Amino acid sequence: MSSTDVAILAEGLRKRYGNKAALDGFDLVVPRGTVHGLLGPNGAGKTTAVRILATLLRFDGGRAEVAGFDVARHGAHVRYRIGLLGQNAAVDEILSGRQNLEMFGRLYHLPPAAARARAGELLEQFGLVDTGGKAIRQYSGGMRRRLDLAATMILAPQVLFLDEPTTGLDPRSRNEVWSAIRALVADGTTVLLTTQYLDEADQLAGHISVIDGGRVIADGTPDQLKAKLGGDRIDIVVHSDTDLATAAALISRAVGAEADTDRDNRRVSAPVSARVSGLTDVVRALDDAGIAAEDIALRRPTLDEVFLHLTGRHTEEVPA
Amino acid sequence: MTVAAPEIPRTPLDRLRWAVADAWTITRRGLIHWARQPAVVLVGLLFPVLLVLMFGYLLGGGMAVPGGGDYREFLLPGMFAMTMAFGIEATFTAVSTDASRGVTDRFRSMPMASSAVVAGRSASDMIYSAAGLGLMVACGLAVGWRWHHGIGDALLAFALLLLLRFALIWVGVYLGLVMGTPEALMAVQILVWPLGMLSNAFVATETMPGWLGAIAEWNPLSATVLATRALFGNPGQGGDSWPAEHAVPMAVAWPLLILVIFVPLSVRSYRRLSR
Repeated sequence: MSSTDVAILAEGLRKRYGNKAALDGFDLVVPRGTVHGLLGPNGAGKTTAVRILATLLRFDGGRAEVAGFDVARHGAHVRYRIGLLGQNAAVDEILSGRQNLEMFGRLYHLPPAAARARAGELLEQFGLVDTGGKAIRQYSGGMRRRLDLAATMILAPQVLFLDEPTTGLDPRSRNEVWSAIRALVADGTTVLLTTQYLDEADQLAGHISVIDGGRVIADGTPDQLKAKLGGDRIDIVVHSDTDLATAAALISRAVGAEADTDRDNRRVSAPVSARVSGLTDVVRALDDAGIAAEDIALRRPTLDEVFLHLTGRHTEEVPA
Repeated sequence: MTVAAPEIPRTPLDRLRWAVADAWTITRRGLIHWARQPAVVLVGLLFPVLLVLMFGYLLGGGMAVPGGGDYREFLLPGMFAMTMAFGIEATFTAVSTDASRGVTDRFRSMPMASSAVVAGRSASDMIYSAAGLGLMVACGLAVGWRWHHGIGDALLAFALLLLLRFALIWVGVYLGLVMGTPEALMAVQILVWPLGMLSNAFVATETMPGWLGAIAEWNPLSATVLATRALFGNPGQGGDSWPAEHAVPMAVAWPLLILVIFVPLSVRSYRRLSR
């Protein structure tokens, strides 16, 4: 791959806070025009990586290039070519949507008339024309996020950083934001997306890096990552606590893989390689042993399970 | 429409032009804020007027001005200075709201002049405070306060008040960056109110116990109050203590000292955002 095809490049990035390493040899290559997901639990270093690449944080070692410019030496050039969507909707609550976009346009040094015209275009593009005159504090969470996204798009940036763009949004707002992001990607913007949700990365990203302890511990397409877990999972909720251990042993034998036990929810979970035969095998094994199941479900693996598989611990066990 | 990125300024003059343009954009933002929430602005401006009425009429009957003189004539310069001190709260709220909402980070991820955030903030806060001072002067004239030494001295007194306000902007910026959340406003008020009350704004320091009076006399706010009382020719110009005899130089020196301390502190805490 030639360097002009790479939108984001990080080599051995290092960042320390006191004696804690936030990034510890972080590597990343994102080709132009693609969406890359950065997946990991709280405190894994996702936000630190994004803030460094967006020129907001200095770093202690390594090298980073964004849109062809060295992040440490040519910050101003990088800032003209990126958009950053942080964890909060970073818009002025008192100004209207239109006034926000005009202000940010002028801070990108567009002439006043061009800033005004661009604000109008973006309101239309993001479906905010009707509410363009209202104060942001009257916006819903999804509208706020769309306006936030519109503000990052004023100069049609080559690279867009989205740091947990849908955390805290309801499903409908999440869909709104997802479709806005898809529209940008269709226009050729390169996107680096951090998220705690596997399904979000699944929906948007063509390629995923799983990050833990400040470095990338696995990467690949969403399907490749899930395949590492052996495909789908089966969940069985048993009727009584006392059956849990027996059920787990039976299920392990039936699917030919180790089952996880969630004692609080009386649930046993295991990977199944073949959906239908795996399900019937498990049901038959439980039936033969006389164990009553309350609920049975086949589902896709969660981030927590991908993470558990890769690191041997749950995402929640990682200190934030 | 695809918008081309403007060229990065190369010469110092271009950079200055951008810094001024960016500062003006941020100033305009402050002005639009008031236009959009007139009720908040009105309450903020009328609060000191309410204090004048409360102290001037409700409590003023029991107040004696050392050396004689009308209490409301004594009170108004104190209230002018208090109005300037209350400004810390507005600056703090604006700066900490931007920091906590991520707006500061958005500014920092944009190719704007970093000086513009504070320069624009200062400009709009100064405009607001000048308007507040104008209203207080009108209120003062309505309750019988006058300046007695001509317009030149009066203008100098107003300049000293605005200088104090300008210095306090930097205290507000620093506290806003360090505390980083508007919920800490209560803590700032706890700081501002004793600073205001423990001064000669409402009562003469001669009437306080000696040690308390000494603290109040050395309060930066008191220096401005004494100096403006002298320039306006209002009663209660203090005794023969050192700060009282050097009121005008002190009213210049204190704000300058505050600037010398808080400008570098603010710049440092802004830089620390990228640590």
